[in-house]
Amino acid sequence: MKQPKVTAASYLGKKRLVQSGVLALIAGIYAIGCYILQFDTIQGTLSIPKAFAWLAINFMPTQSSMSYLPQIMEKLFDTVLMSIASVVVAAVIAIFFAILGSKVTGINKFMQVLVRGIASFFRNIPLVAWAMILLFSFKQSNFTGFLALLLMTIGFLIRAFMEIIEDEAGEAMMALKATGASYFQVIFQAVIPQIIPSLISWILYMIENNVRDATLVGILTGTGIGFIFDIYYKSFRFDAAGMTVLSIIVVVIGLETLSNQIRKVIL
Amino acid sequence: MLEVKNLAKSYQKDKPALTDISFKIDPGNFVAIIGPSGAGKTTILRSLNQLIKDDAGEILLDGEDIRSANKKELRKLRRQIGMIFQNYNLVERLTVLENVLHGRLGYKSTLAGVIGRYTEEEKREALDLLDKVGLSEFALQRCSELSGGQKQRVGIARALIQHPKVILCDEPIASLDPASAQNVMKLLKELTEEFNIICIANLHQIDLAKEHADQIIGIRHGQMIFNDTADKLSKDAIAELYGTSAAKELA
Repeated sequence: MKQPKVTAASYLGKKRLVQSGVLALIAGIYAIGCYILQFDTIQGTLSIPKAFAWLAINFMPTQSSMSYLPQIMEKLFDTVLMSIASVVVAAVIAIFFAILGSKVTGINKFMQVLVRGIASFFRNIPLVAWAMILLFSFKQSNFTGFLALLLMTIGFLIRAFMEIIEDEAGEAMMALKATGASYFQVIFQAVIPQIIPSLISWILYMIENNVRDATLVGILTGTGIGFIFDIYYKSFRFDAAGMTVLSIIVVVIGLETLSNQIRKVIL
Repeated sequence: MLEVKNLAKSYQKDKPALTDISFKIDPGNFVAIIGPSGAGKTTILRSLNQLIKDDAGEILLDGEDIRSANKKELRKLRRQIGMIFQNYNLVERLTVLENVLHGRLGYKSTLAGVIGRYTEEEKREALDLLDKVGLSEFALQRCSELSGGQKQRVGIARALIQHPKVILCDEPIASLDPASAQNVMKLLKELTEEFNIICIANLHQIDLAKEHADQIIGIRHGQMIFNDTADKLSKDAIAELYGTSAAKELA
């Protein structure tokens, strides 16, 4: 039998050496980073319990913070509606672009590159930057928040929908093309019915995500749940601010549970 | 009659996938294309309805050249060529009936097709065809609930409702268990005779090809090295196609 060039033992030994090397490198980068930023790991770690203790004492909602609940709920309701609206509008726009730009349904190479470019442009500008840019044109209003969420969601959904189309619709598309069906017939009879479950799954995920993000946008645009959180916080009503955070967590978990149920039914 | 003359295709320069493929098939014939993986079987089949654009040659269906057809003519020619696939390629979320009716899209206006409006006659025919392939009680079920063999029979009904002159089968039984594979092959053979159509199937199973096909075309490295009736496929011919050790195993 021919002797292999590398024996199993030396191969595995080399692999271990490489793995240890990578670990050492990561540790080195961390050490250098701490030095440059003058961050003391031990001091930092020790202050964590103190921070949590402060958080627990000051932000813990009390009996009296219950009185803020109606106001919080009203704003939270607005916020949920806003995120649903932004996702639904974004989904309609995104499906159109995704069909134009995906590798299997795209019209031509130029459109594919263009749509990919549009998607990453919208996606890669941070939400906060969108909100601040839009503030100039649309002032402090619900619409500004809606628009900021919309633009970022469009970026995400175009990308997601294109990947869904490429993964799931190719085979059925080919079959319908072979029957002599026209482009639009193929899109409406094969592509869209085939991808609907994954589409809805992504839409539900983006709604949950946008409720969370709407908080941040609200602080900047002075709307929704983020705005009252900001007011409570800046007026030192920490218990009410804590109550607000708690309400957001409850609503997001509720939405997540609900959308998991919907996914189970449709998939 | 389907006539292929000097068909050629290469995906990369100087690496021909097909060279000089020529054959003729008369209606009522079930033809199996056999050969090792990567020999060019799928390329031939998909050239026949121009899902793959070949480089040179002629493909004549009753005298009409499919290669020189423009977009509209190509749609009309594709209506006459049904196709079934290894992975069935159904729209799994839709019902069996809707998938069968998809075979009619080539005959409809774009709008009627987009909104899925079919005539009573088309619906009745779809149900008749489902009866023929033994799936009438599944008409309103989603395709995702069917077994592999059942899905392939939906694919066959979808091809038949096109009123095709030719049915192309791209590895129709490669994902099926032996019993379902036998059923599908038998069904294809019967329908070929009943409707007097041409049926061309890419197959890996030489025994099934010999059992059911009227004519066998053998492909190796993109060249046709066998084209004759099934009973003429000798051990030597199999050895030439697949190599001697494979021939011994198969004999």
